[in-house]
Amino acid sequence: MDNASLPGWALLAYLVSGSLFILALRGLSSPSSSRRGNLMGMAGMAIAMTTTMVTLAPIPDDHWWPRPTPQDLWTLAKIVIAIGLGAVIGLSIARRIQMTAMPQLVAAFHSLVGLAAVAVGWAAYLSPDAFGILQADGLIDPTSRIELGLGIAIGAITFSGSIIAFAKLNGNMSGSPILLPARHVINLALLTAIIALVGWFTQDQAPWIIGAITGLSFLIGFLLIIPIGGADMPVVVSMLNSYSGWAAAAMGFTLHNTAMVITGALVGSSGAILSYIMCKAMNRSFISVIAGGFGAESGAGGPARTDRPWKRGSAEDAAFLLKEAEQVIIIPGYGMAVAQAQHALRDMADQLKKEGVRVKYAIHPVAGRMPGHMNVLLAEANVPYEEVFELEDINGEFAQTDVAFIIGANDVVNPAAKTDRSSPIYGMPVFDVEKAKTIMFIKRSMGGVGYAGVDNDVFYMDQTMMLLADAKKMVEDIVKAMQH
Amino acid sequence: MDFIAILSIFVLACFVGYYVVWSVTPALHTPLMAVTNAISSVIIVGALIASASSVGFASWLGLAAVVMASINIFGGFSVTARMLAMYRKRDR
Repeated sequence: MDNASLPGWALLAYLVSGSLFILALRGLSSPSSSRRGNLMGMAGMAIAMTTTMVTLAPIPDDHWWPRPTPQDLWTLAKIVIAIGLGAVIGLSIARRIQMTAMPQLVAAFHSLVGLAAVAVGWAAYLSPDAFGILQADGLIDPTSRIELGLGIAIGAITFSGSIIAFAKLNGNMSGSPILLPARHVINLALLTAIIALVGWFTQDQAPWIIGAITGLSFLIGFLLIIPIGGADMPVVVSMLNSYSGWAAAAMGFTLHNTAMVITGALVGSSGAILSYIMCKAMNRSFISVIAGGFGAESGAGGPARTDRPWKRGSAEDAAFLLKEAEQVIIIPGYGMAVAQAQHALRDMADQLKKEGVRVKYAIHPVAGRMPGHMNVLLAEANVPYEEVFELEDINGEFAQTDVAFIIGANDVVNPAAKTDRSSPIYGMPVFDVEKAKTIMFIKRSMGGVGYAGVDNDVFYMDQTMMLLADAKKMVEDIVKAMQH
Repeated sequence: MDFIAILSIFVLACFVGYYVVWSVTPALHTPLMAVTNAISSVIIVGALIASASSVGFASWLGLAAVVMASINIFGGFSVTARMLAMYRKRDR
């Protein structure tokens, strides 16, 4: 299976497959073209898999049809079973998974890409002949050794990092950061050791070197993610997305496969851009997220000081004001999804629309647990996507808004981010809810504070009505009160 | 194909990726992650080669990688399709 022996049609087919993957991502520029894009991605994958299977088929030179031996048929059977097994597991998970659990699912999927990359890298190391990377002197080509070493290292980091991210998101592990003493020194030393070993691997292809690269990479992936707190998980998931792409690209270099290299570059850039967007939305630098520990130190604002005066409202008061409004902007946060209030919220919006009220939803980039998570949760509750707006598109509208309706969000409406330099969330872009005529804030109790652990001045403003209850119950009560 | 040729493809694909991903609407960032996850499982190409052309332990590693990549491919594309089906226009 040396690359030079690949027929021209196969090289072309891999190029087509890579191009279809580009079109699959391009389709996501709008919801209307996205479904066609997804089909193109499936077609690209089908072409890549079929091409590989055909080039591997035992077709003699003087023949145009395979002449399989029983051994070949057994190999084919094993491959078909493996694909079938993966398909059954994959499809049944995809069908059952809750939309709130999407971040953990993506983390779990990343870990599989990482582990698959490690397995493929090791297989190529153990039988270089099959991958066409064996030189005439019986050694693996040194360039391929760098690619293999890097592919295995990135794959292993992706695997163990994603496992930790999964455990934190799924609640198997506490979301609070675990801080080892001298962790930066340990991580830097490990990283240096891995790079040095990859360099050494080009000089000596001994098994212990590639073994050490694998082991140390598993370890550093684990150590890199344990100090990162739950609030930073959107960045971590995006970052691991990027790593899984780079791992695929490194394997593509080894196999000289265009489809893999193009895909790796796409996925790598995608994850990197999403990490950048998430960091910007939290006003954190990428370095500070990676360094970890956010949420461990106590915020300068301290916990909510309930001695300040605040006003409590009832569902009936809220229903009355909402019905009288011309425009209502709903600001959902992850707490809404935890309370499973999205369907009740949609009912409330429908009622308001019947009364002639304009209803819009405002989504902060970090509203969910992964990029775009809140949009999916609202889409699941049948909220039309034309009513859902991003932060920068809607923030100018609060001055002309009668009611800002905050449900399950907190830090993203905290004006301290704009005014208080000592606040841990200072500089984070937030919604200008204080410009709205009335603010309704659904919260379980006055005691709790946001992810960042800081008090919120919005609670105590003149125009704020605190609606203290479970989010779902409160919204249902408001709907009931509106019907009277 | 020599190293420089494949590196050229890689670098150009990074630029394509940069511009294509910035054009993705933020509302679809979760499906974007799900679908990139599915397509990065194109690593199954390497897994298939290992399963078919190598012997012994390497071929079993290949088969294990085929299972893992297939979970991702089928799971990733179908969960993306499930999410995208939920994005609908105002129907009233």
